[in-house]
Amino acid sequence: MSTLEIKDLHVSIETEQGVKEILKGVTLTVKTGETHAIMGPNGSGKSTLASTIAGHPRYTVTKGSITLDGEDVLEMSVDERARAGLFLAMQYPVEIPGVTMTNFLRTAKTAIDGKAPALRTWTKDVKAAMDQLRIDADFAQRNVNEGFSGGEKKRVEILQLELFKPKFAVLDETDSGLDVDALKVVSEGVNRAHAEGNMGTLLITHYTRILRYIKPDFVHVFVDGRIAEQGGPELADRLEDEGYDRYVAGAGAAKA
Amino acid sequence: MTEMTETPLNETLLNEKARIGAPSIPGLTEEGESLTPLEPAETTRPQSASAPASPLGGDAAKGHSHGGGYGIPDSSRAGRLTSYTLEDFPAIRGTEEEWRFTPLKRFGGLHTAALDGAAPAVAVEAPEQVRVETVGREDSRIGSAGIPEDRVSANAWSHFAEATVVTVPAGAELEDRVLVTLTGAGKAAAAQHVVVVAEDGARAVVVLNHVGEAVVSENVEIVLGDGADLTVVSLQEWSDASVHASSQQVKIGRDAHLKHIVVSLGGSVVRVTPTARFAAPGGEVELYGLYFADAGQHLEHRTFVDHAQPNCVSNVLYKGALQGKDARTVWVGDVLIQKQAEGTDSYEKNQNLVLTDGCRADSVPNLEIETGLIEGAGHASATGRFDDQHLFYLMARGIPEDVARRLVVRGFLNEIIQKIGVPAIEEHLTEAVERELAAGDN
Ligand SMILES: Nc1ncnc2c1ncn2[C@@H]1O[C@H](COP(=O)(O)OP(=O)(O)OP(=O)(O)O)[C@@H](O)[C@H]1O
Ligand SMILES: [Mg+2]
Repeated sequence: MSTLEIKDLHVSIETEQGVKEILKGVTLTVKTGETHAIMGPNGSGKSTLASTIAGHPRYTVTKGSITLDGEDVLEMSVDERARAGLFLAMQYPVEIPGVTMTNFLRTAKTAIDGKAPALRTWTKDVKAAMDQLRIDADFAQRNVNEGFSGGEKKRVEILQLELFKPKFAVLDETDSGLDVDALKVVSEGVNRAHAEGNMGTLLITHYTRILRYIKPDFVHVFVDGRIAEQGGPELADRLEDEGYDRYVAGAGAAKA
Repeated sequence: MTEMTETPLNETLLNEKARIGAPSIPGLTEEGESLTPLEPAETTRPQSASAPASPLGGDAAKGHSHGGGYGIPDSSRAGRLTSYTLEDFPAIRGTEEEWRFTPLKRFGGLHTAALDGAAPAVAVEAPEQVRVETVGREDSRIGSAGIPEDRVSANAWSHFAEATVVTVPAGAELEDRVLVTLTGAGKAAAAQHVVVVAEDGARAVVVLNHVGEAVVSENVEIVLGDGADLTVVSLQEWSDASVHASSQQVKIGRDAHLKHIVVSLGGSVVRVTPTARFAAPGGEVELYGLYFADAGQHLEHRTFVDHAQPNCVSNVLYKGALQGKDARTVWVGDVLIQKQAEGTDSYEKNQNLVLTDGCRADSVPNLEIETGLIEGAGHASATGRFDDQHLFYLMARGIPEDVARRLVVRGFLNEIIQKIGVPAIEEHLTEAVERELAAGDN
């Protein structure tokens, strides 16, 4: 049982116009086995939270803390965080020239586990995971994300989730841009990873559609860098009907 | 915009293989009096990646999507002066198309001095069947592949005292590679001449390994008889202070196949200019190159494939990495498909990977097409940066920074290394690339 604890997190970025505060005090605790959905209007800071957890150098934490089982995550470099068990499925996965998927997956797995995976089982595992996510076998020889369609990139993020077996997964709009079939395939992937019983999930989304496949235990509404409301799965349905107007009117600054 | 932009650091935009059915119209609107055909105003602007891009703005890739030729017949590459005589070439000013990128001040006088220093010492390791000779200037094989195309090459031609001729006899199929090691004899400007002949039906791999300290202008002639299948690897692993100009002229017989691989790693200024010509129909040439420039190095490669025979195939791929202050690379790829060269299939591509700020990669593909009756002709050029977004992605998967960098560079350059087909050299180069990377870490 692990705990990812975010306390009073304030995050800013440097822009050409000066320092801009994006997260204005976020508190959130995720435990193994839990799924937390984060919803909220564009620009409210959801991806900022995800990137800050992963350690993107662009974001500066000015106040608050993130801990993983009591360990200070903010002290860790990006790669140390990943090795500690944090995984970010990115909203916009980057294309990496010259590095094949096969090579990349093996290198990452080796780094995360601290030892090279046994070649025979690894190859089998990769192939099986690709099959289940309906990723063509020839992707193994292609460069990471290079020329992949939007949907293919998302599947490949989930492929990594399944292979790397993190303690906590942050999924940043993994459902955006997926067709219905892909949404189902990807959700099943997340659910399989979850079913192993060692993972907690932070699921960022704009749509309740994915929540039909991946059942959240908690729903948090993000508005203007804060959690404006939280509740159970029923909150998601209400948001679908009513939108964010209620919160946005109050918050003022958030953009639609 | 919140997250990483998707960075077009790759050839996705660029690997279109333009299939052209008709020659395009040469640029008629260029201003100025004597733009050479290889430098029309618009189309051949170099692709540079010298700007200190913002961490999120890793976009230095540009595509050439036009596929047409833009040769002006009477001033095209075909019309370039060739001569064995130094005096026939005017003094180099540095503004000429061929020389505009070369740092002449650091060129060790290769274009001005009498090249009478001691030439790099030649040692050849070869299987028994191979004939290795040292011959005088009058030997009939000298001049069998080509005539100097520039003043520096002509300068070497005027000054070399003796040449090394390596001959793979007709029909011989070598198991082992031929290794020609050229060891620099110091900084006095020198001239060198090497001839490699693969007679009819011969099959071999010949490695020219340039090491030590040298200031040298070299002519390499490579002659393939009918049906020969030859791989030539030219390694430049000179000392940091060395200067090397190497004109490598190739003549390809009927149905012969040449794989030519240039690897430039060491030297202050290295300028390699491979030219391939077909002597008969049915030939195939692959010109590959790999270069890794670090701080202060100038590595320049200019390829030329002259399709003057029908039904020949050419494929050019040069890949380079740059790292450190004032690391500088140039690739200029000329392809000329002459009127009679029907059925030609040609493609050329250059890719550069910029690893740090302060580097500059120029990349200029030039395609001149004089007949529409070809199989294909295309080119692509891309210069991309390995930037913070790539690093973040890999590190977010647990991969430490130095490993991430290695992974990308090794992957990028491996495409060329794999083509060599001689395991010992492939391993050696993989290690050499690692060393280049490690040098940049400090
Ligand atoms: N690198 C950046 N440069 C400038 N502004 C940024 C940057 N990153 C984030 N911001 C700003 O921070 C705010 C929060 O952005 P964030 O990406 O976290 O929103 P989001 O909730 O993920 O939005 P979306 O639903 O559109 O993905 C936005 O106003 C955004 O413009
Ligand atoms: Mg977002």
